Amino acid sequence: MIRRVKQRYLALKIESVESFGDEDIKDAVWNAVTQLFGEYGASKAGLFLVQYDRQRKEAVLRCSHKALEMVHASIVSVTNIRDKPVAMHVLRISGTLRALKKS
Amino acid sequence: MTKFVDLHLCAPFRNVDQLKKMVTKSFELGYRLVGIPLPPNVELDEVERLRKICSEAGLDFVSRVDLTPKNTNELLANLRRLRRKFEVVSVLCMSKPIARQAAKDRRVDVLSFPVAKPRNRFFDSAEAELASESSSSLEIDMMSLLSLEGFLRIRLISSLRKEVAIAKSFRVPVVISSGAANDYLLRGPRDYSALAMLFDMDSSLAFKALSEVPRSIVERNRLKLSSDFVAPGLRVVRRRDP
Repeated sequence: MIRRVKQRYLALKIESVESFGDEDIKDAVWNAVTQLFGEYGASKAGLFLVQYDRQRKEAVLRCSHKALEMVHASIVSVTNIRDKPVAMHVLRISGTLRALKKS
Repeated sequence: MTKFVDLHLCAPFRNVDQLKKMVTKSFELGYRLVGIPLPPNVELDEVERLRKICSEAGLDFVSRVDLTPKNTNELLANLRRLRRKFEVVSVLCMSKPIARQAAKDRRVDVLSFPVAKPRNRFFDSAEAELASESSSSLEIDMMSLLSLEGFLRIRLISSLRKEVAIAKSFRVPVVISSGAANDYLLRGPRDYSALAMLFDMDSSLAFKALSEVPRSIVERNRLKLSSDFVAPGLRVVRRRDP
């Protein structure tokens, strides 16, 4: 029997004076994963942008639980988006979206 | 709750607004003790002003001096002059003789190495042996990991991996600090712990490098700088009333 792939949800805070779109956030994280771990690493990450609140500058990202450390390190390494300085902080990590929103 | 320490917050201490912004950000990220590098000729009232700003933000302030000596004589002269003025003394080792002298000198708390030149990172097993005997620590500034890109970052990660492995085998304490000069380069302790996996540092060791190790350096030096200190292991407990 094929085992279900476990996921992890990460709540992110994006700090910048600029406002960015969904695509910018997605691209920034994908680029960071590819830069640090290569295409092979990125293929294991299973990254998906679940939601992004443009006003509050908060996002929820989903990844494979096996690639959590890799994705966390990559998110932290993002320092600019479209040549504008940015800091991304991981606020919370959870196994379910419901628990992530509760905590 | 773990008391996280950022021993190298490179906040511009004359720019009060930026300093307050960075100090507040550090508190929000979970740090409770910050070390801010100061120039060797800093006035005492400026140190007190910084201490006040930090305490208003809820942080414990640690005075720190970063020495970049040109030769070993300059290093020794600086240590003689500055050791009792600052709570933490760090030496940026630009050459092998300086690195060796700094590692064997008990007055040096933190050893750091240039980021841009991997050949000038002299933290090998001989250096680690000297450092472990004199209880100096190896400092890793995470700012360089964030700001470098491409080949330079690859070389840095590779050097750090070797250095952490050597430090582990010789039981040299490792300190992880931000080295951040602006608030966009500041990250939380858990974020740094995630980044530390890049150079094969497991999370328990990374948390120690962000809390226990720097805290013990500060506590040891505060004890030494207090008026009650007599010698290692000997301090005044009570004075006779005059």
